[in-house]
Amino acid sequence: MPVITFTINGVPVSGQQSESILEIARQHDIRIPTLCHLDGLSDVGACRLCLMEIEGTSKLLPACSTYPSENMVVRTDTDKLKRYRRTIIELLAAEGNHQCAVCVVNNNCELQNLAYEVGLEHVRAQYLFPKKELDATHPDYIIDRNRCVLCTRCVRVCHEVEGAHVWDIANRGINCEIVADMNQPWGTSESCTSCGKCVLVCPVGALIEKGATVSEMEKHRAFLPYIMTARTKQEWIARAIEED
Amino acid sequence: MDKTNDTRTIVIDPVTRIEGHAKITIQLDENGNVVDARFHVNEFRGFEKFCEGRLVWEMPGLTSRICGICPASHLIASAKAGDAILAIQIPETAELLRRLLTLGQWIQSHALSFFHLSSPDFLLGFDADPATRNLFGLLANNKEFVRKGIRLRKFGQEIIATLGGRRIHTPWAVAGGVRDPLSDDEHRSIAVWLPEAKATVLEAMSTIKRVHDKFQRDIPNFGNFRSMYVGLVGEEGELEYYGGSIRVKDGMGNTIAHRIDPSDYAKYFEEKAEDWTYLKVPYYKQIGHPEGMYRVGPLARLNICDRIGTPLAEAERRVFRDLAGESDTVNNAFYYHYARTIEMLFAVEEVERLLAHPKIQGTHIRARAMINSLTGVGACEAPRGVLFHHYQVDENGVLQKVNMLIATAQNNMAMNRTVQQLAARYLDGKKVTEGVLNRIEAGIRCYDPCLSCSTHASGHMAMHVQLVASDGSVLDERRR
Repeated sequence: MPVITFTINGVPVSGQQSESILEIARQHDIRIPTLCHLDGLSDVGACRLCLMEIEGTSKLLPACSTYPSENMVVRTDTDKLKRYRRTIIELLAAEGNHQCAVCVVNNNCELQNLAYEVGLEHVRAQYLFPKKELDATHPDYIIDRNRCVLCTRCVRVCHEVEGAHVWDIANRGINCEIVADMNQPWGTSESCTSCGKCVLVCPVGALIEKGATVSEMEKHRAFLPYIMTARTKQEWIARAIEED
Repeated sequence: MDKTNDTRTIVIDPVTRIEGHAKITIQLDENGNVVDARFHVNEFRGFEKFCEGRLVWEMPGLTSRICGICPASHLIASAKAGDAILAIQIPETAELLRRLLTLGQWIQSHALSFFHLSSPDFLLGFDADPATRNLFGLLANNKEFVRKGIRLRKFGQEIIATLGGRRIHTPWAVAGGVRDPLSDDEHRSIAVWLPEAKATVLEAMSTIKRVHDKFQRDIPNFGNFRSMYVGLVGEEGELEYYGGSIRVKDGMGNTIAHRIDPSDYAKYFEEKAEDWTYLKVPYYKQIGHPEGMYRVGPLARLNICDRIGTPLAEAERRVFRDLAGESDTVNNAFYYHYARTIEMLFAVEEVERLLAHPKIQGTHIRARAMINSLTGVGACEAPRGVLFHHYQVDENGVLQKVNMLIATAQNNMAMNRTVQQLAARYLDGKKVTEGVLNRIEAGIRCYDPCLSCSTHASGHMAMHVQLVASDGSVLDERRR
């Protein structure tokens, strides 16, 4: 496969055509914020945090699902992009009920880390304070839709890795929410294997273990590339677990 | 000052140096005599409502946010309600550590009340200029005394921070136990404070005794009336702060009820909502409202217990009980301050005893279980009095109903009565003089009210006193 060379933020980089610009950027230690992306899962470009500017294109494109071409000129750190990222985080904060101080993943939350990264000090949008359901019917886990950011990692990991396809998105627009099976209490789902992968990949405190208390839950996600590498390449690597 | 025609109402708004926001109105009849006095709490938050739909495991962390002064008490009561819902016996070490945290809470809160909030009244005098009658005025006057008080409070806060990882709003106690054990270094870092803390408490005690002599004429008017007293006592009637059962005594020392399981609190105590305050008015159910007025907190605890389990505090309790005279209970609210110093002494001695316990550094600190009971009550003695958290959950642990009975609310009727007594004694004509204002504020401060807790509400307390005429017109009011 041919090697493509191009620049990201003025830095010359190279990668294979089958690799996304996000993957290539990471190989070259160029930081691009993400939320819905997770190594080991397919990309959907839902969160729009990895948007980038490409010379010659008026549209902003997501780095996770855009592939490079020769001599492409990519920018990921312009003021406009930074402003957009900040706005995205603000809107996520305003759209859900995110109370960090009393959340089980406080200090271990990807949304919270992103808020720090983009310098979120206040939210300009009006908080919606939506009335969302908390489903604690599963014997081991809880889904708290108040904290869901609709990244769909749970949907993808359940479908692509576990093969159970318990989770889906119901409704449209502002009413979108994650539902189990045919929109039924999680505890009544016959397809759920209780494997817990959805809980581990959830970037926020929407999917949590029962019994976890404030700031107590840490999610370890390195298992995913480990499983996928073992499954697709028949290679069993210990490194991913050690790094986690 | 706002004056209207024929003055018949006094308003004190805001009431200062208490934890929260309130105002006082004093109602007069046509002849200018005090007929009623009301302590209005004008803040509201609604924790009981918005906690519905949340999980029982989250509740200690959530409810500790009710208050920045006594978060550890809410944490403990909530964790105990959680224990009841999981229906488990927590490990012995977890109970010892929770007890230690509660004592840290007592020390820091009592030190705050005694040194920071109340001592300017009785050390600088009720008639001192309000501009200097505060902690800074005291600092200029008696720097070393204030410094020691601040350090005593720091000791209490250090216990909480050492165990819980932070001074305010720690989520460390959980349904089933606690999250972290006590390490060697942490044990040492608490123990090293003990001699200094004990010396400071003893100094506070001798100070309050001098104050008793100095204000002999004023003290009999500071909420001096018979009321019932409610609190927790241990198996053998000893002073209790974490477990035990409820005991109720009347104002003459007769035991009205005892060995009440805290989970039965609702059978004995009822809360009445009034349209003039966000602070509910609890009363003793069997006697009814308003005769069922009772008091909680340091004064009540020392009145209902038969003894204190540590030697120095027990010796002092006997001196305290001598103040009761024939009635066998000390009925004067001014002695809340003295009772507070005795409890601080007990707390310091008890911390020492707990640190010497062979299991205090055990590592088995948490039991886990799922929902085994659909209702749970957690009770403990918060600094201001007995505190109840009562939760009802569904079979998945989702809160269906939350009720919290808070110490300051339980003192509500007694605080009104105290204001009434002080106003009747000191009010001269239809104007609120500085001296009246100061004494009313000081009377309220005896109870160390925490209004954020009691209404589960936000804000800071400031003072507003209103003098109201029989026709409802406001005669005089003062704000501070």
